Amino acid sequence: MKFFRTLRRSIRDAFKSVFRNFSLSLASISCITITLLIVAVSILVTFNVQNFTTKMEQDLTIVVFLNNDITEEQIENVQKEITSIDNVDSISFQSKTAVKEEMRKESDIFNEVMSTWDEEDNPLKDTFQIKVKDVELIHDTAQAIEKIDQVSIVRYGEGMVDQLIIAFESAQKISYGVVIALVIVTIFLIINTIKLTIFSRKREISIMRLVGASNFTIKTPFIIEGMVLGLLGSIIPVLAICFGYVALYNHFGGYLLTQMIELIQPEPFIYMVSGIVVVIGMLVGMIGSASAVRKYLKV
Amino acid sequence: MDFIRLKNVNKQYKNGVTAIYDLTLSITKGSFVFVIGGSGSGKSTFIKMLYREEKPSSGEIIVGGVNVAKLRNKKVYKLRRRLGIVFQDYRLLPKLTVYENVAFTMESLGAKKDETRKKTLKALELVGLKHKIHNYPDQLSGGEQQRVAIARAIVNEPKLLLCDEPTGNLDPDMSMEIVNVLDEINKTCGTTIIMATHDRDIVNKMQKEVVVLKDGRLLKHIEKGGYEE
Ligand SMILES: Nc1ncnc2c1ncn2[C@@H]1O[C@H](COP(=O)(O)OP(=O)(O)OP(=O)(O)O)[C@@H](O)[C@H]1O
Ligand SMILES: [Mg+2]
Repeated sequence: MKFFRTLRRSIRDAFKSVFRNFSLSLASISCITITLLIVAVSILVTFNVQNFTTKMEQDLTIVVFLNNDITEEQIENVQKEITSIDNVDSISFQSKTAVKEEMRKESDIFNEVMSTWDEEDNPLKDTFQIKVKDVELIHDTAQAIEKIDQVSIVRYGEGMVDQLIIAFESAQKISYGVVIALVIVTIFLIINTIKLTIFSRKREISIMRLVGASNFTIKTPFIIEGMVLGLLGSIIPVLAICFGYVALYNHFGGYLLTQMIELIQPEPFIYMVSGIVVVIGMLVGMIGSASAVRKYLKV
Repeated sequence: MDFIRLKNVNKQYKNGVTAIYDLTLSITKGSFVFVIGGSGSGKSTFIKMLYREEKPSSGEIIVGGVNVAKLRNKKVYKLRRRLGIVFQDYRLLPKLTVYENVAFTMESLGAKKDETRKKTLKALELVGLKHKIHNYPDQLSGGEQQRVAIARAIVNEPKLLLCDEPTGNLDPDMSMEIVNVLDEINKTCGTTIIMATHDRDIVNKMQKEVVVLKDGRLLKHIEKGGYEE
């Protein structure tokens, strides 16, 4: 019970203090807001990029065409060699007959033309279809396969897809860096805000010490104040996520630029992202105030 | 059983100044003790060691069964809850009313609202300030402010009240008033009171237990007496 009384008083004091040092609190809150806005945007972008890169990666295959006069035995050798490449995830074989049948199914014209081909003079090539583990290394893998004996042509990626994916992945890495840098800056600002609160309440704190308030009682209001700053700072970002993303989604009709890039459905996505943003805001506030308390309160 | 016992206590500050030399003395429960001595004789240092603001460099200090010298920083608050402290400069919070200043102690300790109210009013009545509970410290005289500080120190009903020159800023009449309040607390509540002072008149008039310090050493410890050096 005493714990809750202390906690309730701490929360009351925290709000009081936020408004007492309003201009300073406002600076911290604005900084948290900006950080969280950028965090929110990068989370939205990251999740979306992740979503469609995984989809694309699943579709991305290397197709290996083999020489026309290849023997069964050689096919097996080629398969062995391809499988021994590190980046190869899975491999499947499609004989020229199977390719022919598939093409005949796809169009009537092909069907007509190819109906006369028999096994001997089928000009198509036997193929392997290969999935890779790491798309960023697909170029090297393709080159390695090309060097294998009896391999005629190697194809991968529909145009720019792999490059697109690589570009997105590096963008993602940059955004992680930006977010981390911003979080650090925000923590420093919060440390300063709480430091000033501590200084402005120095007398109060020293009297609390004299009359025997426990460290917990002395510390808690400041930690909670940091969390309150974080919470207040996350209001605008959460609104921006909820309204902004839905508006964006509706505006583009669920796809970005081309049919290739599909956006994530707003619900429950926006609630999850909002939750993450609020938690990050409060954590950042708490970490900042906890280190300020450790540094300037010496309790 | 002695309430407070010091054994071979030495205190050297970080800058090399030795404030207390080999101090051994004991104080029984319920006494009213004046600690006197010239400026720099170590009175404040003695008091500070009792509430563990300063740690002795060597020796043993027992307060109510606890070895204060060995008390860990984290546990200091437990000691502080069992004693009250009054300073020359009152140390009130200017933005709080008289009532709030006294209730502050109880709140800091996490007391319930009605308990806080009951004890706060009782303490303020004891120091004779019940009629000024809604005033702010700057609306009070020095003597009244000091009485608020005393009320704050005793609100949690401590067994020990430490006062470091509580009358230092007050004129003789007000000083006498404060000492009478302390005497009253000592008699009615049985609180042990240790008061550092260099006010000759008070010590002479009260005829209480006296500890005389000189340059950090114990010069005299008398059961009942006046000011002498
Ligand atoms: N924090 C400190 N650091 C270093 N030296 C100190 C400190 N506090 C006190 N001293 C020294 O210790 C000695 C005793 O000081 P103390 O304050 O205990 O004396 P006092 O009897 O209270 O004097 P006064 O009557 O002037 O208040 C003095 O020489 C003083 O300079
Ligand atoms: Mg002194």
